[in-house]
Amino acid sequence: MTTTDLHRLTGAYALHALSAKETAAFERHLAGCEACAQEAAELSATAARLGLAVTVSPPDALREQVLRRIGSVRQQPPDGAGPARPGRVPLRGRLLSRWALAACLAAAAAFGGTAVWQHQRAEDAAREARRAEQATDELAAVLAAPDARTRAASFGDGSTGTVVVSRSRDKAVFVVAGMPHPAHGKVYQLWFDDDGAMRSAGLMDPGRTDQAVLLRGGIDGASGVGVTVEPAGGSEQPTSAPLALLPFPA
Amino acid sequence: MKEAVHIGANPSSTPGLQELVGRVALGDEEAFAAVYDAVAGPVLGVVRAVLRDQAQSEEVAQEVLVEVWRTAPRYRPDRGTAMNWILTLSHRRAIDRVRSVEAAAAREHKAALLDRTPEYDEVTEQVEARLEREQVRRCLRTLTELQRQAVTLAYYRGLTYRQVAEALSLPLGTVKTRLRDGLIRLRDCLGVTA
Repeated sequence: MTTTDLHRLTGAYALHALSAKETAAFERHLAGCEACAQEAAELSATAARLGLAVTVSPPDALREQVLRRIGSVRQQPPDGAGPARPGRVPLRGRLLSRWALAACLAAAAAFGGTAVWQHQRAEDAAREARRAEQATDELAAVLAAPDARTRAASFGDGSTGTVVVSRSRDKAVFVVAGMPHPAHGKVYQLWFDDDGAMRSAGLMDPGRTDQAVLLRGGIDGASGVGVTVEPAGGSEQPTSAPLALLPFPA
Repeated sequence: MKEAVHIGANPSSTPGLQELVGRVALGDEEAFAAVYDAVAGPVLGVVRAVLRDQAQSEEVAQEVLVEVWRTAPRYRPDRGTAMNWILTLSHRRAIDRVRSVEAAAAREHKAALLDRTPEYDEVTEQVEARLEREQVRRCLRTLTELQRQAVTLAYYRGLTYRQVAEALSLPLGTVKTRLRDGLIRLRDCLGVTA
């Protein structure tokens, strides 16, 4: 197929009207033809409008099924080829916060007593933390804050948790390692403990056993963080007794 | 049943959807539930337009929505809006289903094709009856008859351009051209940018 022929295929490409082989050939062409790539993107966006025009009302059961299923589906890691996102932590901040995280983990090992932090596990937690960090500089900022304080605990089933608090930023981060996967259709939900009243602080990723989570919302006087098991999607208020309640460090 | 998603003047940039997908990329299930509410109607609509069968459409729509969750960390905002990404994925998966069924029945392919393609008037009418957006309907009317038939057969029926050529008894080159200039006219009428 000649280049001119290929260029004329933008419409068919945007409508998915090419065979697999033609699609592959056209995509190779797109990689070296900026004008074609631009036109293909615009025509794909146009095709999406044809799609929007046939919006229907999905049955409620579909919602339940999808939300239940994602609880057991692991997400792909970012491919790393993307452009810098707004809010990405500058290199220096990242290095600093990695160091700060390592310090937190070391502190957890020291304070946790029974918490045995194997090197690999700490590495995993740090890697997980770094991934989240790239998109949320706030998490890094908490870990790197000069007034960051940590408290660690062992949950009795081999899993350990560390809470990192920065009062100046009014934010907290929860780092866990060796957390068992929640039951199918369930998720771990984090809560701020406001004098016994629980305020949702977001969900943990059910696909990971080691992770660092920035608690949603400000500390705002809360005395600690709690973890409960909730149905996928989370709850307004806890529906089960907390697995763990960790007071914030003073 | 839920209310159909209301589509504003510029649906491709539904406020907040980009940001929600960004949170989904970090494993936020609450954000995913909000994304679901914003896109499930359009996703199922696209898939059903192509597949027709309700049960099969719900199955494919479910696969698409789970794929949105799974691949959100790889979504690239610089390559288009989240709604475009999701609807392109929906259309692609619906087409994959149609074509895998066709591949399984390759020998009967031609008979099946002839059996189901020439009623494009019925297709368009049905689609147009369900168009929620006056603008799309109006803009489809600005296409020539041939452009409109080619574009709607390809998009809503999921035909390849070769099948469109066969259904409309047109040369392949003509169909390629009509799909492109038809979409370009639609793009200009809708004021789509990418």
